[in-house]
Amino acid sequence: MAYDSFHILKSTAVPLPIENVDTDQIIPARFLKATERKGFGDNLFRDWRYNQDDAPKTDFVLNNPIYRGKILVGGHNFGSGSSREHAAWAVYDYGFRCVVSSFFADIFKNNCLNIGVLPVQVSPEFLNTIFETITSTPETELIVDLPQQNIQINSTGASQNFEINSYKKENMLNGYDDIDYLNNIKSEIQVFTENTPL
Amino acid sequence: MLFIDRHMVHEVTSPVAFLGLKNRKLPVLHPERTFATADHNTPTINQHLPVADPLSRNQLKALEENAKTHGISYWGLGHKKNGIVHVVGPEYGITQPGATIVCGDSHTSTHGAFGAIAFGIGTSEVEMVLATQCIMQPKPKKMRITIDGKLNHGVTPKDVALFIISKLTTSGATGYFVEYAGEVFRDLSMEGRMTVCNLSIEMGARGGMIAPDEKTFDYIKGREYTPQGVYWDKAMGYWETLYTDEGAYFDKELSFHGSEIDPMITFGTNPGMGMSITKAIPKAEEVEGGAATYAKSLAYMGYEEGESMIGKPIDYVFIGSCTNGRIEDFRAFAEIVKNKKRAENVTAWLVPGSHKVLNAIKDEGLFEIFEKAGFQLREPGCSACLAMNDDKIPAGKYAVSTSNRNFEGRQGPGARTLLASPLVAAAAAITGKITDPRTLI
Repeated sequence: MAYDSFHILKSTAVPLPIENVDTDQIIPARFLKATERKGFGDNLFRDWRYNQDDAPKTDFVLNNPIYRGKILVGGHNFGSGSSREHAAWAVYDYGFRCVVSSFFADIFKNNCLNIGVLPVQVSPEFLNTIFETITSTPETELIVDLPQQNIQINSTGASQNFEINSYKKENMLNGYDDIDYLNNIKSEIQVFTENTPL
Repeated sequence: MLFIDRHMVHEVTSPVAFLGLKNRKLPVLHPERTFATADHNTPTINQHLPVADPLSRNQLKALEENAKTHGISYWGLGHKKNGIVHVVGPEYGITQPGATIVCGDSHTSTHGAFGAIAFGIGTSEVEMVLATQCIMQPKPKKMRITIDGKLNHGVTPKDVALFIISKLTTSGATGYFVEYAGEVFRDLSMEGRMTVCNLSIEMGARGGMIAPDEKTFDYIKGREYTPQGVYWDKAMGYWETLYTDEGAYFDKELSFHGSEIDPMITFGTNPGMGMSITKAIPKAEEVEGGAATYAKSLAYMGYEEGESMIGKPIDYVFIGSCTNGRIEDFRAFAEIVKNKKRAENVTAWLVPGSHKVLNAIKDEGLFEIFEKAGFQLREPGCSACLAMNDDKIPAGKYAVSTSNRNFEGRQGPGARTLLASPLVAAAAAITGKITDPRTLI
């Protein structure tokens, strides 16, 4: 599924300074029963966001109107656990286009890149600076510049470069996905297959 | 870019991928390399009746229809080959050394026990593989974990894995594929190796593998999808070359000794928060990571730093899952519960990983042992491991579980999971509290 392209994102951010946020928290398994990619944002962080009677938990950051924006900032090892792409869909569907952390779990990171959510890995020190800045001054904007591979705190100018695979970067800039690419080389895949026994 | 030899598909992570194919008007390129089974969402009682939950029923129906449309073999609910995807793959010989195997499930690492390159993928990647039989991946780094020596009595493959994860943390192997080497892994049965490789993802590794040897070849020989006759000989010629060369380079090497490992149990909300069952819950300053996250985790579990785990009361026991839902796991459980009685405060769910496992439980007389001890057997599926079906641990209750994840709410909203081996689970089921299984063997 192709998605919107990503260039420069300037937005306020939502801080979630918890480590090892796993995909069961991002979207619990009982919400994986859909057969279409729709409505997962409603259940993003379901059990941290709502009590069992569906009343919002006022102490959870997504229920705090002070914090909003298209960037989610999470603690070390964000997205660990299950391979469910529903976690990345939930993040996207809620309205986030970028997740910042000091470390990402592998499959979650891949899933994000495949659907148009940019995972930005920064140093633990810079992550702390971001947390401190946006927690104390929630209107602070972050500027995520994909062409330059740079993330900046707008108010202070503090910034850091980030890594991204050049192929994935090209895809994100254009809103392409891997199937577009693989489909174009199907004849080469065919030749390989003929030489590969079942 | 990798060509994928075997693609396993289940009902939860595939429907959106099939929808993507439909929207792009693409066929499944190699249905003969694609295998579908229903497991995550299926009930574990009354499987002969229509599935009660409409959403689950709809998802199962979608897989059945997608499989039919694209000519994919489908082992649905009630099919005699049905079971958890990572249990049935090896059972029928679909899993083979050197093969590239993917599935939209992180525990695909299980198949690495056969020396396969096996890893979990997301739904967009499922669509890629359905459409092109290929997948693009960054090349992982290489880690080798060597454990020599012998395991102590009462120490199982699950304990070995939980021990390693407790040393590495849940992110210690992120970005790596792991080879498990040394006497301990060579001594393990194929099922034990599957348990270890299964849990590779819990330390962040996409895949884990063990070099194939005589045990591997003996296991796969003669299974339905295993090559026969001259094809077997040809395959063996290749499989026998699949070991790590002397002096091969690894980005990271770790080694431990088998005698260091005790029966393990987790006390927190990720699989890295495990320890010897005889130890006390560590203090915040003794663990890696932030104190706030640690405090949140212990508060969720209702535990305090410095407490001993032995003797803590429990409410539920779950034996099953792609981690510990094979016949050897049920034999281990039976070894402890034989001629004893289930503790009255314990609800136990015994869920075989497949029909083949279920049949073996009956054939070997384990069924009678369980019944006599007050345990009932359910029908195969993922069940309470991720609680997508009705097998949910109630909020606040403690479950000793042989599954793979103790995340908050994993086994039901508010449920508290203690990961452990089938022996530890059996000891808890009999005594109603956390008990060192070595006192009962």
